[in-house]
Amino acid sequence: MNIEFLYFEDCPSHAAALERLRDLLGQENLRADLRIVRVESDEQAQSLRFPGSPTIRVDGQDIDPVGAAANPVGLSCRVYRTSDGRSTPLPPEDLLREALRRAAGRRTPD
Amino acid sequence: MALKIGADAPAFELKNVDGNTVSLESLKDGASALAIVFSCNHCPYVLAWEDRLIQIARDYAGKGVRFALINANDPVKYPADSFPEMQSRARMKSYPFPYLFDETQEVARAYGAERTPEVFLFDASGRLVYHGAPDDNYDDPSAVKKHYLREALDAVLAGGTPPVAETPPVGCTIKWK
Repeated sequence: MNIEFLYFEDCPSHAAALERLRDLLGQENLRADLRIVRVESDEQAQSLRFPGSPTIRVDGQDIDPVGAAANPVGLSCRVYRTSDGRSTPLPPEDLLREALRRAAGRRTPD
Repeated sequence: MALKIGADAPAFELKNVDGNTVSLESLKDGASALAIVFSCNHCPYVLAWEDRLIQIARDYAGKGVRFALINANDPVKYPADSFPEMQSRARMKSYPFPYLFDETQEVARAYGAERTPEVFLFDASGRLVYHGAPDDNYDDPSAVKKHYLREALDAVLAGGTPPVAETPPVGCTIKWK
């Protein structure tokens, strides 16, 4: 499994997001090649189609493709939606877990 | 550099989303405390704290506490933070406070604001008594352990000083021109 973790330094949730990702990889007993990319310019954001910080792609797939499309590409902080409808700058745990399980070819238990 | 605790609130006159001009003096007049919050539309930290700030403003309105939000972001770089979008946001969320547009960014610079949201709480005499984040958990309202702004308001209304006067503001950087 290949994971890209893209972040913009000005958005403080990236450290907590990375910690959450690593915790979930451990909980799910998954191994991944984790590539951490610091996005530093508008040009780089455009070339990476970066929809805000933090952005996590598992095997090239955004953990929330719908949310990614709703966030403008550029150097900004990304809005995530929790399952109960709140806005947060931190990728929700359930969203991240589902993305990891999908990539691992597992089914999410009902 | 942000205002120091004890500093006077820098004066301003800014356009509100209702089209009227709002001054610091008009906000301070008769208020038991005044919270100036640098804010915007697009930032997820603002969105995460928005309902909590609205609730705090409502909870303390009957105690003479006033709130005003100020957006200083460059709307050219961030169109979601334009004045018409501010008007839409204020309507949609039924903001119980003025939402002011700092088009020149001079007010944000005078306060030394750097992030959104960033709270500056002044007492009845207009001196800064708390500066920083609304509370200690942007992600989960149910996991908040330290209600910095509420605790500061309670202290000021009781005639005392906040138990915590400064915390690091947590949020998006202000988008300078």
